[in-house]
Order: sequence, then C-alpha cells, then structure tokens
Amino acid sequence: MKIIADTGKCVGAGQCVLTDPDLFDQSEDDGTVIVLNAEPKGAEAEENARTAVHICPGQALSLA
Amino acid sequence: MTDVEETTATLPLERKCPFSPPPEYEKLRAESPISRVGLPSGQTAWALTRLEDIREMLSSPHFSSDRQNPSFPMMVARQIRREDKPFRPSLIAMDPPEHSRARRDVVGEFTVKRMKALQPRIQQIVDEHIDALLAGPRPADLVQALSLPVPSLVICELLGVPYADHDFFQACSSKMLSREVTAEERMTAFERLEHYLDELVTKKEADATEDDLLGRQILKQREAGEEDHDELVGLAFLLLIAGHETTANMISLGTVTLLENPDQLAKIKADPDKTLPAIEELLRIFTIAEIATSRVATADVEIGGTLIRAGEGVVGLSNAGNHDPDGFENPDTFDIERGARHHVAFGFGVHQCLGQNLARMELQIVFDTLFKRIPGIRIAVPVDELPFKHDSSIYGLHALPVTW
Repeated sequence: MKIIADTGKCVGAGQCVLTDPDLFDQSEDDGTVIVLNAEPKGAEAEENARTAVHICPGQALSLA
Repeated sequence: MTDVEETTATLPLERKCPFSPPPEYEKLRAESPISRVGLPSGQTAWALTRLEDIREMLSSPHFSSDRQNPSFPMMVARQIRREDKPFRPSLIAMDPPEHSRARRDVVGEFTVKRMKALQPRIQQIVDEHIDALLAGPRPADLVQALSLPVPSLVICELLGVPYADHDFFQACSSKMLSREVTAEERMTAFERLEHYLDELVTKKEADATEDDLLGRQILKQREAGEEDHDELVGLAFLLLIAGHETTANMISLGTVTLLENPDQLAKIKADPDKTLPAIEELLRIFTIAEIATSRVATADVEIGGTLIRAGEGVVGLSNAGNHDPDGFENPDTFDIERGARHHVAFGFGVHQCLGQNLARMELQIVFDTLFKRIPGIRIAVPVDELPFKHDSSIYGLHALPVTW
C-alpha cells in the first residue's frame, strides 16, 4: 500500500492528521497535507490510511 | 401565465422530535431521493437526501457557493440588495480559484497542531466558567453560563476581537440567523456588525501585531504587498459568527443528549478516549447547520442518476444524509461507538468547515470537564419543555436550565 497526496486538492481540514498522526501532518504555513509515512505497514496503519482517504473532504488522498 | 412546478415538499421542514431530523426526510429519501422542493424565497431547487449524492455534489467543481447568484437557494425570504456598497463575499460564498487562495491564507491558523496549542487556554476558560456556575444560584442556564461564553471568548481571543463587546455581536448574530425577523431587521444587524468589524480592522491596521489572527493576516498581506481591508472584514465577520453560534449550540445539545443517555455518558466518563467519537456522533445526529450545504449548478451535471442543469439550485440536506441508512446503520440510534467520522455535519469538499478542529477541541474539553466537575448535573425541567431553536438557521437551544 502506498499513500498518494495531491496537495493541490488539499483543503487543510486536518482529517488525516486526526485519523493517524504517525502517517500525516499539516504544513505550518498553509495547512496542506504532509505524508510522514507513505507506506503504512500493519493492519491498523493500513486501516487508518483507508479511513483517511474516505473522509478527506478535498479528496486529496488516494492509495496505490 | 407561468407553469407552477410540481414540488415534493417546501423547505425548511421542521424537526418534530428535537433529537431527530424532520420525519419527511426518510420518505423523501425512499421515494424521491433527488426531488424538486419549494423554498421560502419562492424559488424551487433540488433537494438531496442520500449521503453519497451529497458528498458527490459538494466535491464537484460544477456547483457554486456564490450567494449573489439569483438562483442560489435561499432558506429565508430574499435579502435586500445594497446599491451603495456591493456585497463582498467571504470564504463561504467564494468559488475556486479565488476561494482556494483565500482559504490557504488562513487555514494554517486552524491546523490540528495549532488547535492543540490552544488546549490549555480553553481548559482555563472552561474551568473559570464552571467555577462561576458552581458558585451561582440553582437552577442555572447552561447556555448563558457555559455554552455561549466559552466558544465566544475563544474565537474573540483567537481573532483579536474585544470580548467586552459580546452582547452586541451576539445580538447581531442571533438576528441574522433567525427565521422570525424581517429582511430589513436582518440587514440592519448585518450592517451594524460589518461597521463594527470595519472599524476594528482599521484600528488593527494602524497597529498590527502577531498576537492575534487579524493582526497576523494584516502583516502577511502587507509583506506580500496585497493588503485587502474588505477581505479581512469579511473574514472577521465569518469567523466571529461561525465561531460561537455553532459550537455553543452543540455544547447545549450534546449535554442534553448525554444526560438523556446515561449508558453512553458512563462510557465517556470511564474512558476519555471515547469523548471524540461521541462528539462525531453528536455532530451527525444533530447536523445543526444544514443550510451551509446549498449550491447552484454551473454546468449540466448528473448526480445519483438525475440530471441537474446549469443554473439550478441544489440543497444538500446534510441532516438527511447523516441519517441515511446506507451510510449509518440504524441511523436514528445514538451510539457513540458507531464510528461516525464520515458524516457531513461540517460539510464536504472545498468548503468543509474551517473551524472544525477548534469545535472538536472545545466540545471535548467542555464535556470532559463538565461531567467530571459536576457529576450530579441534571436538566431542571422536562426535556420536552426545553426551548429548541426551531426558528433559527442554526439548530440548537435558546436556554438550558440545569441543576445539580
């Protein structure tokens, strides 16, 4: 599993950070997503990545 | 003679039970999930009741938030148009790319980390208000003692608006959101608040500091050589109104709901990690700001199998979407452990609530502190006698008498 983030679509809602702060962060400046760990390992981290993709309001996250 | 279009309902529909959406939503979703409805403004629009359709509409680039568009669905009689000074849209009324730029300028102020940094100060504000509540007479009105002052103080400090003026701007805000006032009264409240914030921003421009959001925005714009006074007034206006009315109502509604569901309240008391999931469930159950998810189509677009034509208004009935059984099993059951984070109570798409993480932080601190410090708190009147806000664009409670 690989997390792909499109910062152009990101609206800075921070939903991904709330889902898993080990996978995601936000830029201090404009709040856009920073992927801390693009290749989550383990069932819990993978589930969190899927949740983050599902609830991202800007649909800025996808999985490959 | 013009044809009268056939509509299935006239919005807004009223909640019959204070804890549930209008019962007609279920029928609409089952029989005609995307249907033509009438509006108090005399317009007709599409109403969406399925969660997936609402998400799809709100994330489509072919729907505009421009409230100046004559086809934009209005839930109150049309506002008077001002001829002397054109209306300057704030974030909620802008479209990309202008909206994207304006949101990027300010969204850094509302990141999860920035909100965490506010935690100690919010805790202090909550503690002081609960001290005062405990020292005062019983019963007490929780709206005046806690629900309204906490988010109001927090947004004032964050923005740099003097809290001492709260009677004034709370009165303006409540007028603007009421469905019971005339268009003239609403416009007067709007203009008085706009004038107040115009003067406040002017003062800050003369002496801008890093101490508050407005000051930081002024300095940021100045550095970029793009000072825009009117945009800042619009931003201050939006954040001040949105920052206290919504959270205040969720504090009151949440308190009532948790007290009415002692089994669920016991779970939060036993495990503070359950407070945030409970807040998501409360946001879903009530969906207090339904009109924020209205749009107008800018192209012919198919949503959920229905063709919506350019120029037609659409109301995403987010409270209906949040009770869609395809999105939430047994949607009318209040279950703090259901995992409700995909609700659309904060909207969806590019306009999703800017202050959502501030709201979560405030609600979390309030509920954790209130039930810990006043374990015997109870509602002082029968629940069916509570004054729920059926007359406002933002649902909530006018008062909440409590004792302990």
